[in-house]
Amino acid sequence: MTPTLPPSEPSSPAITPAPAPAGRAAAPSGDYLVEMRNIRVSFGGVHAVDNVTVNVRAGEVIGLVGGNGAGKSTLIRTLSGARPADAGQIFVDGKPVTISNPRDAKALGIETIYQQLALADNIDAAGNVFLGRELRTRIGSLDDAAMESATRKVMGRLNPRFKNFKSPVKSLSGGQRQSVAIARAIHFNARVLIMDEPTAALGPAETAQVRDLVAQLKEEGLGIFLISHDIHDVFDLADRISVMLQGKLVGTVDKTKVTKDEVLGMIIMGKKPDEVTEKEIAELHG
Amino acid sequence: MADASGVLPASTASEPARKDRRSVLSSLEIDTRLLGMIGALAVIWVFFNVISGGSFLTARNLSNLSVQSASTAIMATGMVLIIVSRNIDLSVGSLLGFLGYTMAMLQAVWIPTTLGLGFDQPYTWIITIAAGLVIGALVGGFQGLLVAYAGIPSFIVTLGGLLVWRGIIFRYAQGQTIAPLDGTFRLLGGGPEGSIGFIGSWIVGALMCIGIVYTLWSNRRRKRRYGFPLRVMWAEVVVGVVGCLAVVAFVAVANAYPWPSTLATEYAQSHGITEPPGGLIIPTGIAIPVLIMLGVGLLMTYLATRRRFGRYVYAIGGNPDAAELGGINVRRTIAGTFALMGILVGVAAAVQSARLNAAVTNLGVQAELDVISAAVIGGTSFAGGIGTIPGAILGAVVMQSLRSGMLLLNVDSPTQDIVVGSVLVLAVGVDSYLRRRAS
Repeated sequence: MTPTLPPSEPSSPAITPAPAPAGRAAAPSGDYLVEMRNIRVSFGGVHAVDNVTVNVRAGEVIGLVGGNGAGKSTLIRTLSGARPADAGQIFVDGKPVTISNPRDAKALGIETIYQQLALADNIDAAGNVFLGRELRTRIGSLDDAAMESATRKVMGRLNPRFKNFKSPVKSLSGGQRQSVAIARAIHFNARVLIMDEPTAALGPAETAQVRDLVAQLKEEGLGIFLISHDIHDVFDLADRISVMLQGKLVGTVDKTKVTKDEVLGMIIMGKKPDEVTEKEIAELHG
Repeated sequence: MADASGVLPASTASEPARKDRRSVLSSLEIDTRLLGMIGALAVIWVFFNVISGGSFLTARNLSNLSVQSASTAIMATGMVLIIVSRNIDLSVGSLLGFLGYTMAMLQAVWIPTTLGLGFDQPYTWIITIAAGLVIGALVGGFQGLLVAYAGIPSFIVTLGGLLVWRGIIFRYAQGQTIAPLDGTFRLLGGGPEGSIGFIGSWIVGALMCIGIVYTLWSNRRRKRRYGFPLRVMWAEVVVGVVGCLAVVAFVAVANAYPWPSTLATEYAQSHGITEPPGGLIIPTGIAIPVLIMLGVGLLMTYLATRRRFGRYVYAIGGNPDAAELGGINVRRTIAGTFALMGILVGVAAAVQSARLNAAVTNLGVQAELDVISAAVIGGTSFAGGIGTIPGAILGAVVMQSLRSGMLLLNVDSPTQDIVVGSVLVLAVGVDSYLRRRAS
């Protein structure tokens, strides 16, 4: 079983033109797979996220960037169901949906890889990959052997050196734990993948692996929200970049039409590329 | 290892030996913690047997020990799940008293007198037990709702429960003892009548052996189907044989304990049997409360390790946020652990009051401390996420062994408390030291 390939879509990397989004029949180009419209999240009167609208198409990577406390993670937690929005609406395939807990999000095919990985430390890799969606035998017992077998398969693809299937994930390295978290997100035919700082805890080799994976999943037609503080990561992987500052959306830009400096200007000064002066750009580098 | 042998020739002799020992244990794939606990229990038993001049390791004492451990062990299996999910239940002792009292009233007053249906009806014991379990589930579940949905810390909710349920007994019982209980119900407490006898015990023993062999075989088959590494064949055989031998020893001890001679004589007379010289020997066999404990232990182990509910309880204990983000309904699971605890308290209450053949107002006073101690001595960690059902049952047996061993030695009750309290702290200290060293 190819974990990431939706059954209806016989797309193969070889025949898909690399730069163009693969696009699926259900979501033709221009239609958004997911749109978060006018999202607002308040913590005791403070608007952590204020009237933000972002969206993603199938086969597209949206880079979500901004400084610390810009509201990126809070925004995205409303989509993953970890913390529902106080106002605004979420659309999947153009239809309004209600996401009030992580189960709702998963049922819609929205999977999340959290910055802190969110693994149950005392349980082994297979237990974590299938947490909340356990495979069961006819009489409803946990089918640990089937889960381990499936986990071995998906791990063979993600991290072939991963061998430690019996130990609690507490005893694994950062990279191995990351593999478990990714395996959990992509094993269930996700349509939308949220990656919150997926490479923050990783070494160079593992970071390269995650980048390859993002490119691969994009070709398979997933919509991906990539949160990162690393502007290079985002420029390499994203198609469009949404910039947030102090809970507000500064703007969303097409990667091919902006420079890294211009995006930096958005992150730091909250100004769109056409509003920034040469002097201000120079100051960024000073 | 290989290149170190040249540098340190002195260590080469002991090195392979240590490696062998480790590989024997690892090919047996046995829980070393559990093995350590069994070892500790063996030390305690041998110690008391030597000090008491051989009166501890007798069929009579061991049979009594198993019956006395039953009620604590039954509740400890539920307490494991409560503590694993980072909660606590202090109300089990009071709830035990409350449920014991309610069941006693039902069978000794309400059914026979209030409803006028008479004593010792064939259905009395079933209604009584069903009512006890249902009320236990409701009370436990209610406390669970307060913990999970109202967000009140479990320590507070169940501390309140400890006072409330005991208070209700004192308020309405007015110090009265309810006795005697229904004849069939009383069998749950054990004793000569409440045991399954010679043949029954061997049948149970045979079933247990078949269960062990079947479990080993089906695990092996499942592993082979997925091409996983199998346990070496000799290790499978060793585990199977040792398991079955333990069962045989257990049944043999239960059967070696005869009925008291006066009861045996009565039995002989009423059945028209002429007593042989030296009296009629009727083997008691496994007591029903011990059978209940074994059944509860098996069911709870299955629930904890092979069902979703158990998996979720452990996941919540390991990382509550991850469990929630993973899509687990954390609140419902937590409430479920408390409801389950309530049911188990109902079972224990039935066993305890049946053994006493009465309900007294102080039934189960401080039982919560024994139950929590049993779970903790059995390796359950207050940090959450760690603990096993067999460990908790062993913990209950360890506690009871200390108590009844000291009773044999005529140690007074305050001294018993001092010893048991010290052992509790020592056991947890050693356990957390070993755990730190292992990680």
